[in-house]
Amino acid sequence: MDLSLLPDGGVGWLDASGPLGHLVLSTRIRLARNLAGFPFCGRASELERERIAERVGEAARGTAALGGGMRFRLDRLDWTSRAVLHERHLVSKELAALDPAASPRSGAALVTSGTVGVMVNEEDHLRLQGLRSGFALEAAYADLDRLDAELGARVPFAFHPEFGYLTSCPTNVGTGLRASVLIHLPGLVLTKEISKVLQGLAQVGLTYRGLHGEGSEVVGNFFQLSNQTTLGKSEPDLLDHLGKMVRQVIAYEERAREVLLRNAPAIIEDKVWRAYGLLRYARKLSFEEAMNLLSGVRLGVGTGMLKDVSVYTLNKLLIFAQPAHLAVAEGVAVTETPELDVRRARYIRQVLEHEVSR
Amino acid sequence: MAEPKQRCKQCGERDAVFHLHQVVGDQTVVLHLCERCAAERGYETAQSVQQTPLGSFLAAMGKGLGGVATAPSGSRCPGCGASLQDFRESGKLGCSECYVTFASPLRELLRRLHGATVHVGEAYLAPLEPPEAAGAAPAERVGAATGAVEALRAQLAQAIATENFELAAELRDRLRGAEGWT
Repeated sequence: MDLSLLPDGGVGWLDASGPLGHLVLSTRIRLARNLAGFPFCGRASELERERIAERVGEAARGTAALGGGMRFRLDRLDWTSRAVLHERHLVSKELAALDPAASPRSGAALVTSGTVGVMVNEEDHLRLQGLRSGFALEAAYADLDRLDAELGARVPFAFHPEFGYLTSCPTNVGTGLRASVLIHLPGLVLTKEISKVLQGLAQVGLTYRGLHGEGSEVVGNFFQLSNQTTLGKSEPDLLDHLGKMVRQVIAYEERAREVLLRNAPAIIEDKVWRAYGLLRYARKLSFEEAMNLLSGVRLGVGTGMLKDVSVYTLNKLLIFAQPAHLAVAEGVAVTETPELDVRRARYIRQVLEHEVSR
Repeated sequence: MAEPKQRCKQCGERDAVFHLHQVVGDQTVVLHLCERCAAERGYETAQSVQQTPLGSFLAAMGKGLGGVATAPSGSRCPGCGASLQDFRESGKLGCSECYVTFASPLRELLRRLHGATVHVGEAYLAPLEPPEAAGAAPAERVGAATGAVEALRAQLAQAIATENFELAAELRDRLRGAEGWT
């Protein structure tokens, strides 16, 4: 698998060009769709899933959005390649079948191009996804809405006038829309206000996940905030509600940072510079430690303490210091954790040396 | 939430935290309930819904929740052969037709999961080319929906006759949604 064939390596969204890029890494929206006339994935035979992959593949080829895209058959890729796609946020953990006991189901596929893509034979036949840099719900939805219309005109989606788009799990029925904003909230974590904020979000129908979506841990103070319900509200209303709440969370985060800088400037400054120092000089870094240190440096960049580090550099490290990416780049098996920790520290040192102007 | 403190109309012991304003016909009925009595009637705060996993909803399904009719527990979906028991175990439906076969228990579940049972987002018309398997052509779907509207009207009349106002309000909302689509 050669991901360098993707014009932007499939990670155009981490270029930090989007709105509020220092706080919001990316905005992702997905639409769950199923083909009419086929059982949902859980009850589909291998043959039916193959047929679904073929039909979606054909339909995608005819669209402007995905016509020139890259296609991957997850069921024909090795574990590390599937993990790389997952680490790039292009496929879910489920589709990549990364659990030790799991193997990719037949027909599992991905078609991707620029800011949009479609996972095939995930929990639903199609999971259309749009990914944008920064806080950009409208732009991400505009991309996706176009793709949805193009695909929906080529293959019949399962739709019911009362229930909307029909999905394998009733938690996704209706719009099938889940919008997530990946946001960095170290201020709220440090002031210990984060649990209050997350509880508040739950009360207004939002939920949070870790860096890699469903079932993933929160690392490096990154939270994916997303809508919990998909039925009974229109797509613009769902996005509008999430957008308003995220703006509120951003205001809380900024206030928390102000409080920290006013009440404990020395502590925060020490935290930021220690994080930077460790990343710059450590000889062995686990993935989790690296993520936490990158969070400290990101806080330093966001508060103007570290002026010479760019958000783009941090985003790049966030992706390329992950186990599968590092293993591929360094030619080391992903299972060789101690060796990977050494290589990770060296890679981060080199990037910071080259990209930081002091 | 700015309402003055009221006793729960059901148990008369605890403070009412739910003030349900329901319009049925020309009448507005306000129901004051404490959290526990409200939960017994199937009303939950967003927070309590969050705390209840999908599993317990599914476990409760088929037990005739709140008097809402459920599909006979032995019935199978003609589209894929899945039973309600399969859904309860896996949390996943088998095919699009399951939504029609198990519509009654599903509505109850959807109301709890989403606080709504009717799609109000984008409408979709499938391309004219017939899909691979039968049963999903747009014309048939409209026919099925018209049948659903009739069924809803009948259920609404029944709910009003038996003074089950919560259900009536719910059915009225559902009916409005369904009529908007046909």
